[in-house]
Amino acid sequence: MIKRLLGCLFLLLLALPASAAFDVGQLMTDLAKNKGGKAKFTEKKYISLLDKPVVSSGEMSYTAPDRLEKRTLQPKVETLLLDKDMLSIEREKQKLSINLANQPEALAFVDSIRGTLSGNRAALEKNYALHLSGTADKWVLTLLPSEQKIAALVLRITVSGSRGLVRSIEYLQADGDRSVLNMEPIESK
Amino acid sequence: MSAATRAFLIWLLAMLAGAIVVWNSHFSADMSFFLPGRPSAAQQVLVDQLKEGAVTRLLMVAIEGGEAAQRAAVSRQLRGRLEKMPEFVAVQNGQAGSLDADRDFLFRHRYQLSPAVRPERFTVDGLRESIANSVDLLASPAGMMIKPLLPRDPTGEMIELLSGLSSGAQPNVREGVWASHDGERAMLLIQSAALGSDTDAQEEAIATIRRQFAESAQYAGLSDARIVISGPGVFAVKARETIKSEVSKLSAISTLAIIAVLFFVYRSGRLLSLGLLPVLSGALAGIVAVSLAYGTVFGITVGFGAALIGEAVDYSIYYFVQSGRLGAAEWRARFWPTIRLGVLTSVCGFAALLFSGFPGLAQLGLYSLSGVLTAALVTRFILPALAGNDHPVRDLSHLAPPLRQGIRVLQGLRWPVILLTVAAATVLVINRNELWHPNLSALSTVSAEDSATDMALRADIGAPDSRYMAVITAPDREAALQAAERAGQQLDVLVAKGVIGGYDSPARFLPSQAMQASRRASLPAGDELAARLKLAQADSPLAAGKLGPFLDEVARAKEQGNITRESLNGTSLALVVDSLLMQRPNGWSVLLPLRPPAGVKGVDIDIEPVRATLAGSGALFIDMKLEFDRLYNDYLDEATLLSLAGFAAIVALLAVTLRSPRRLGAVLLPLLLAVILVIAGVHLAGEQLHLMHLIGMLLIVAVGSNYALFFDRAGDEHRLDAPTLASMAIANLTTAIGFGTLALSSVPVLHAVGITVGPGAVLALLLAACFSGKERA
Repeated sequence: MIKRLLGCLFLLLLALPASAAFDVGQLMTDLAKNKGGKAKFTEKKYISLLDKPVVSSGEMSYTAPDRLEKRTLQPKVETLLLDKDMLSIEREKQKLSINLANQPEALAFVDSIRGTLSGNRAALEKNYALHLSGTADKWVLTLLPSEQKIAALVLRITVSGSRGLVRSIEYLQADGDRSVLNMEPIESK
Repeated sequence: MSAATRAFLIWLLAMLAGAIVVWNSHFSADMSFFLPGRPSAAQQVLVDQLKEGAVTRLLMVAIEGGEAAQRAAVSRQLRGRLEKMPEFVAVQNGQAGSLDADRDFLFRHRYQLSPAVRPERFTVDGLRESIANSVDLLASPAGMMIKPLLPRDPTGEMIELLSGLSSGAQPNVREGVWASHDGERAMLLIQSAALGSDTDAQEEAIATIRRQFAESAQYAGLSDARIVISGPGVFAVKARETIKSEVSKLSAISTLAIIAVLFFVYRSGRLLSLGLLPVLSGALAGIVAVSLAYGTVFGITVGFGAALIGEAVDYSIYYFVQSGRLGAAEWRARFWPTIRLGVLTSVCGFAALLFSGFPGLAQLGLYSLSGVLTAALVTRFILPALAGNDHPVRDLSHLAPPLRQGIRVLQGLRWPVILLTVAAATVLVINRNELWHPNLSALSTVSAEDSATDMALRADIGAPDSRYMAVITAPDREAALQAAERAGQQLDVLVAKGVIGGYDSPARFLPSQAMQASRRASLPAGDELAARLKLAQADSPLAAGKLGPFLDEVARAKEQGNITRESLNGTSLALVVDSLLMQRPNGWSVLLPLRPPAGVKGVDIDIEPVRATLAGSGALFIDMKLEFDRLYNDYLDEATLLSLAGFAAIVALLAVTLRSPRRLGAVLLPLLLAVILVIAGVHLAGEQLHLMHLIGMLLIVAVGSNYALFFDRAGDEHRLDAPTLASMAIANLTTAIGFGTLALSSVPVLHAVGITVGPGAVLALLLAACFSGKERA
């Protein structure tokens, strides 16, 4: 036991020079440099009620700092558009628009993605405690809700990526279900 | 008993009887003044909506001042207080939890309510497809909302139900309650228990809201809170206040001014009181006649009394001034025929209005007709007996020379007057397309400011404007609901095509018994369903074994009794159903409000495809705005017709009496010129003409003819003696005062008549003088 702790300490010491150069501030700067782009995504939802995860896929596009479009192509076509504080969802013939300014909990939820993509540290720290691990090339940012109302919905959000690119976002919901969103950038030619 | 005493006693008894009738009369200041007396089927819907429609019971409330959180606190406090009161059936402010009862009801009865519940949906394939849909939905961002319901409602009936509901704009929300678009006001939507047409109850309800608001604001510690309330009830209450205050104000102004004139003429308290006798009798008789004929007396009708006073007092002025030296018998012989003809022309004018389908207009006609007739009869038969022969009127002969001088000047102005009239007529012809106000709002007592407030609140709260609706009538509730379901199926086609955005139906929350039975019959028995579910879910990620709650709920739904109107109590759905499904004296009627296609705001519905689709279904499609415009145009057409008929009757009467085309022309010419000049004047003053101006034109002829006739009589006798001249001038002055007072009114109906007939009467006299035959020296 003691040996193992010492081992950890040793590893930590080794990693120290690297992590001193890579902190939340550095990550945010990297993320903020990303002015947008397109990505293919695959989302898997692990729901206790279901024997298999629900898989959906499609394309996402992001334009800094506050426009995010998620076009699901499988299993059903659905478009989700976040433009500033307006969230609209279009599915089959139905269209739903929500002004997030009126919905603080939903806004906090949305800010976790938007804040990460745009490298807006202040927005993230308003609702979450941030923990960073890894290196600039392979980092993992963990968001822990600091407010009870949000924690009642989401226990933990784990974002991972490399440099200014977000590769995956995992939501662990309060009821134990979780969803994992993986993104693969499409090179714009 | 002397003749005078007997006459007085008869008059007194008649007055007492009249007073009793008036005491028991019902007075009203509501919209029915404007609503058609003989409505078409579509207009009947309009009338019902305006009198009893749920929309008339809506009050929109905005709370201003302080911070958003403070306003929200006041909003919650106010809702909590009002909700407990029986005067209000619904108080909504958007706060969380306020719709829980509705959601519970919908979920509990979803198998009776969901339009998707059909036998196919519960076959193996149907189950597989609908459950797969729900699982797909889990992948969507909306998935988090449906996840907890999935084991109980895997086929997604709740989603099916909610998606059919109003997709209309939801109000903005701040601090958990509804707010205006800019967030600076907290909004509430309140529905009173009282009908919109019950002005007393509306006034009470509005006062209660204000009182409770003041206490709520104090409780929440918001000292500078303000409340703005709007809605049909507020308009009705304000209209009544306006009319009430105007009736007393206008009558007082007109009475005082006329008393002042009479006092100047008579210089005798006795003659003054006697002179007012016919006026008082006329005013009373007018109200009695209206009350007996219509049951309800409109406030605006009473307001017309100010004008009646001015005209009715003429007769006693003629009598006192003209009979001074002649005595009653001689007056009767020389002057009464002329006065009688004047009375009859006035009666012709007012009588034309009696045939109007616009109840307000018909009342005004009856009121004025009976008033003028009574005043003339009292002057002729009662006044001489009461006054006796001893009524020395101050010598007014000193008025004659300046008046004669004036007439001579006027006679010299014939050509300029004709030129002026031609110019006025030209102006009217050139601007003929801009003369008229296009719709009924011209007659509305609602001020532009109140109307703007209402529009702003309505936009902030997303209140329905209910412009388009389909209407169904049926002998009983079940038939009405079945018809609503059939029409609904046709409307669904239009929704799918995008012709309409959606529609509301009472059958959505209260399906017909037949429909509920057929939906229940679509549900398979417990074992059967379990077997099918097992087959359907063999390859699904959602195993049949996890759907035990679904089987239980379907089994329970199969046993559940029908939803009745009573089962809806305690939810806001009850209100929706009550406002869309109404019992009428001759059956039931269903309203299906249609929403324009979503997207661009303010887009109208394309009427023709809707009409075509609903044709043969028994549902009547109505565009309320169109109906309103049509109603006003009907009124306007009818008023034109009646004015022409009234004018024709006056011409016929004069032609028969005067028996001379030349004399007829001499009487009519000044009247027609007066009409043209007045209308051009009103137009140039920037007023848009509406139907009451049209009526005003008729009245210029009807009332103005009285003065032209004296000049005709004078022409006959080749002289105009001093008392006659003085009496005409004074009588004309009082008439101008009476009608002119109405021009001060802010009630458009009264104002329009005043602004035309007041100046019109004066012009009629002046022009009659202008074109009168030159006197021999």
